[in-house]
Amino acid sequence: MNVAGQVLSIAGRSVTRTFRQPAMIIPNVTFPLLLLAINSNGLRAATHLPGFPTNSFLDFFIPISFMQGALFASGTAGVDLARDIDSGFLNRLALTPMRGVALLLGQLGGAVAIGTIQAVVYLGVGIAAGVRFETGVAGALVLFVLAVLIALGFGAVGILIALRTGSGEAVQSVFPLLFFLLFVSSMNLPRNLIEVNWFRDLATVNPVSYMIEAMRTLVISGWNAQALGLGFLFTFLMIGLALAASAASLRSRMART
Amino acid sequence: MTPRWKIALALAYRQSTVLIKNPSLFVPPLLFPLMSFLAFAGGLSALKHIPGFNFRGGYTAFQFVFVLLQSAAFSGVFMGFNVARDFEYGFARRLLIAASHRTGLIMGYALSALLRWSVVAIVLTTVALIAHMKVGGNGVDLVGLYTLAVILNFAGVLWASGIALRIRSTQGAPLMQTPVFLTLFLAPVYVPLHLLQGWIHAVAKINPVTYLLTAGRGFISGSPVDVGLAFGSGVAVSGAFLLWALLGLRRAERAAS
Repeated sequence: MNVAGQVLSIAGRSVTRTFRQPAMIIPNVTFPLLLLAINSNGLRAATHLPGFPTNSFLDFFIPISFMQGALFASGTAGVDLARDIDSGFLNRLALTPMRGVALLLGQLGGAVAIGTIQAVVYLGVGIAAGVRFETGVAGALVLFVLAVLIALGFGAVGILIALRTGSGEAVQSVFPLLFFLLFVSSMNLPRNLIEVNWFRDLATVNPVSYMIEAMRTLVISGWNAQALGLGFLFTFLMIGLALAASAASLRSRMART
Repeated sequence: MTPRWKIALALAYRQSTVLIKNPSLFVPPLLFPLMSFLAFAGGLSALKHIPGFNFRGGYTAFQFVFVLLQSAAFSGVFMGFNVARDFEYGFARRLLIAASHRTGLIMGYALSALLRWSVVAIVLTTVALIAHMKVGGNGVDLVGLYTLAVILNFAGVLWASGIALRIRSTQGAPLMQTPVFLTLFLAPVYVPLHLLQGWIHAVAKINPVTYLLTAGRGFISGSPVDVGLAFGSGVAVSGAFLLWALLGLRRAERAAS
């Protein structure tokens, strides 16, 4: 079997396993929607701040659903791989001609599947609730692609943590730290409206802010090459770095004796 | 026969030992309130400029009260996870056989939740004071604020224990935490009640947590409001959940016999 076949085989297993766990899919999809419903109303008053870029907090906040969904995807991918390590599945794979890269890309299948479902659901719900894209249908498609890529990136981070620790519990424990990246970003307000200096500085050096802002510009302000460039750049960097580090960790995990 | 309070103390001691020996059980519940506080107080402080935002104590104190109450409720809920875990490992079954007064078990879990939250409250208060939180209330006001939090902690542990005693599995965790999360966030979290609009204003008006929040914010700013309503609704909710937990205990006893 060539590498592409190996990737497809592992990806098929990953996707099937993900879909067999509704308890993992349903909360991952619905929880960001609940937060969207609550925060888009609870924080609606923020649109009265001078300089706020839109008069709809729903438009402003919808990218956060995609980010939260991507973070949950990282947990799913990490816990699934940790279970494979724990159950000895990875050791058995080491006895086969399976290539490491095929295993990594294939394992991400579940995260990409969840990311795709989430992106479709959030786009559908958002549009039904009144979100209007300044960039039109093309912008919605770009947002969809970016959202799936971000889910892929965080899925790769989840896999890296699983390979480093080999424990589902450890993956779950690191999860709040990943969420911290979302908390200290421009998630709730634009960076220029954040008053506390240290928080604005943290949000500025936090790549998650740029991923959010890339999606946000597509909804509220139109095509913005700089914002989109930075958003895609940090997303590809996250994917590349996480996969490279995972490949290095995998070599020691799958040491063939 | 061993008195209830001795059973409660022994169980609380055991639970505290388990937590100290397992940082993965203790650290996330400590990190989440800190992350929420940093994100809300740091990232959203510009909301104090919204026309009609008339809270005297500053935005840090405004958010501190919410995060304090949230941490109290969730420390209780997380103790429900421990109850469920004790059932999964068979320890709770042995407890039911060994304890002469089984209501002492609920008292023990509640005491343990209170001890766990006390650590969170100390850390959170220290961080808030370092962040220059304004405290306008006097000693009596602050006792009132922390007493409200203790009541919510008690309500949280009783609610979650009631679920855990019925389901007797950690798979009941979403059922323990999701309603609590929703109830907390369907209150005036980011801005005062009169600045909320639409359905969330209607829901917040009948949400008991709104009165706990309003009273707590009144205490910290030195202008107590809705005190009777807050304590009345807090005690009523705790009383209802006490009944819920005791009925759950009866069900667990029947299942064990």
